[in-house]
Amino acid sequence: MAQFRVCPQSGLYFHKSAESLMKANAVAAVVFLLLAGVLALLVTLTRWPTVHLLPADAFYMVLTAHGINALLFWIIFFEMAVLYFASSTLLRSRLATPRWAWLGFWLMIIGAITTNVAIFQGASSVMMTSYVPMPAEPHFYLGLILFAVGALIGCFVFLGTLAVAKGENTYDGSIPLVTFGALTACIIAIFTIASGAIILIPTFLWSVGLISYIDPVMYRIVWWAMGHSSQQINVATHVAIWYAIAAIVFGAKPMSEKVSRGAYLLYILFLQLASAHHILVDPGVSSTWKIFNTSYAMYLAVLASMIHGLTVPGAIEAAQRKKGYTNGIFEWLRKAPWSNPVFSGMFMSLIMFGFLGGITGVVMGTEQINIIIHNTLYVPGHFHATVVAGTTLAFMAITYFLVPVLFRRELILPGLAKWQPYIFSIGIILFTLFMMGAGTMGVSRRHWDMSFADASTILGMTFEYPGTAKLMMGIVGISGVLSIIGGAMYVLIVVGSLLFGKKLEASAGFWQNFGVPLADSCYSPTRPERLGRPPVIEEHGSAGFEAPGTFVLAIVFLVTFVVYYFINWKYLASVWPMS
Amino acid sequence: MSAILPPAERLWWNTPVGRQEIVWVGIALLWCLILFAMMPYWHVYGKQNLSNEAYKIYPAAYETKVKAMVDQYKVREEGPQLIPVVHPPAGSDVYILARLWQWWPILELEKNQTYRLHLSSLDWQHGFSLQPLNINLQVIPGYEMVVTMTPDTSGEYTIVCNEYCGIMHHTMLGKIFVKE
Repeated sequence: MAQFRVCPQSGLYFHKSAESLMKANAVAAVVFLLLAGVLALLVTLTRWPTVHLLPADAFYMVLTAHGINALLFWIIFFEMAVLYFASSTLLRSRLATPRWAWLGFWLMIIGAITTNVAIFQGASSVMMTSYVPMPAEPHFYLGLILFAVGALIGCFVFLGTLAVAKGENTYDGSIPLVTFGALTACIIAIFTIASGAIILIPTFLWSVGLISYIDPVMYRIVWWAMGHSSQQINVATHVAIWYAIAAIVFGAKPMSEKVSRGAYLLYILFLQLASAHHILVDPGVSSTWKIFNTSYAMYLAVLASMIHGLTVPGAIEAAQRKKGYTNGIFEWLRKAPWSNPVFSGMFMSLIMFGFLGGITGVVMGTEQINIIIHNTLYVPGHFHATVVAGTTLAFMAITYFLVPVLFRRELILPGLAKWQPYIFSIGIILFTLFMMGAGTMGVSRRHWDMSFADASTILGMTFEYPGTAKLMMGIVGISGVLSIIGGAMYVLIVVGSLLFGKKLEASAGFWQNFGVPLADSCYSPTRPERLGRPPVIEEHGSAGFEAPGTFVLAIVFLVTFVVYYFINWKYLASVWPMS
Repeated sequence: MSAILPPAERLWWNTPVGRQEIVWVGIALLWCLILFAMMPYWHVYGKQNLSNEAYKIYPAAYETKVKAMVDQYKVREEGPQLIPVVHPPAGSDVYILARLWQWWPILELEKNQTYRLHLSSLDWQHGFSLQPLNINLQVIPGYEMVVTMTPDTSGEYTIVCNEYCGIMHHTMLGKIFVKE
């Protein structure tokens, strides 16, 4: 039976069932990104003080929907595609139990639609976090539970595929680093989904009246074991994509397999209870618990990210130097293919994730500093730098590679694609910086009206944030619109390419985009040749700095980190003493 | 020879690590240890720390305690909702309750005096965000948090609710006055 297709451009093998599932999941992801982006525009235009578009009830509904569609549906559908790619395609293996994978996919679709219906019916505007005892409709929680079960099935299909590949001996030696990263994401995902089940199932039962009380502190601790860990799935996945793009664009070899895999292992071991970051100013949880669980005494997960931050660009630099870009410290970077969106998107994702998302995450995850940050706009400023600038941009970058390779369509509007990562990045840099700036001045997150106009009529109280904060929120509005334009360019290019792009395979028609296989003649009945190990190159691991430019960048990063960290302690020291 | 292929060396965990990575891992680990050490250090030498004092309490019981303070120390009322302004003695236990959509009562404190501030909610979760200082605490129904605070600046301070609590969330303000 015809099973595998080899892509003539990339040499990658696609198993027929896996290919269909990757396409279906990736298309679903982009549809939810489009929805999330439209909602983002409405949120941004409401928080832009001079526009203040939506009324309060619509704003809170749209904000709830934006969070869930962007953070859960877009990202996790895309991650399912990445899991199938990293197992079946990279290991040249058939996909384990494709029917189960389709069941998982449809459960995710039904769950996502159910939760969206609950939100847009208007009685579940509880924000993504749905903190008890504020109630949502039962089908709000039910949809999330179905979605999570579907994702869990996808995780087990991934693990099953690894077992099939091992059992059928499709590759030599150990799994590739990118697959190892995907495995890390999968393991964290299973922990995450288990935590979600532990808290969402009782909350669902509470919403239908079968349980009388959910302790709000317990809810926060367990919910965040899902909510924060799911962000670590994203980190593990987008770091794997960074490595993949470094390999695809430059043929870059990891500086050290041991170091990079060790760093992934640290993610698995030390990210899990990151829920602590969200309860640093909660009652009922001790300082000892907070300090230990926010850091595990030595911040080994932060160490892991700092390692990847060196080894990914370091591998690119080493590859570039081998090609002869050896002048000075930065010729390798200057001569990088900056007009290729696969590379530029990946590199901006790495820089922004480190400098904007990473540093601020550690600062606000410090027990005492959290006092001056908790629930201000600083928080969404931080996580847009990780999840939008980091994860979403990395996913966009790999899409430009996947459209021809997986969907067999040429990209339309290549000129626009060249600019897309830059417009998106400039927008998101300004957006996150000024959002964090406004948060530092106290502006609240999840808040409809920073002028508090209604409070003066109802309570007779007035309050205004400093004028600078209002100005910053104007810039947040403008730059938010700019990054949404960048996102819209991505959707336009991708959807346009799938519909109208030049067919690289005659049978790559409309329905093929949704998972219908190509013509039978594309697939070969024979199993792909066993994936071999590349030849050993002796100079690796030798003493000496093989990537001096990257080391300079790393030191710049460290200095920024140290300075910014202590500035925040200084700011904390200026508020009222308390103990 | 890339991250999408198996490692070149079958025993990749036995290959030596380059000096650049060793140096960076060393520096990064040192920094991570400093990041950790700053938190216990600040508990000993810093002045802004959260207490670990908190009690489980029924919302009705908390309301009773707050009312007792208001009855004893009320000096006047403010605004259309006649929210009481309370001037408790310096150094005493002071209470604020959060409910939809109000911080109750208004406190009048004295500068450089130390108070034990109690916070809890009668209904949903709320966020105590004291502006323009930017002190932010989570307020949770069923839990009474006690923070020892020493206002060392005088003036009018506003409590903004910064945990989303429903449709009128954006109107939920409170006040603390600090007198010289």
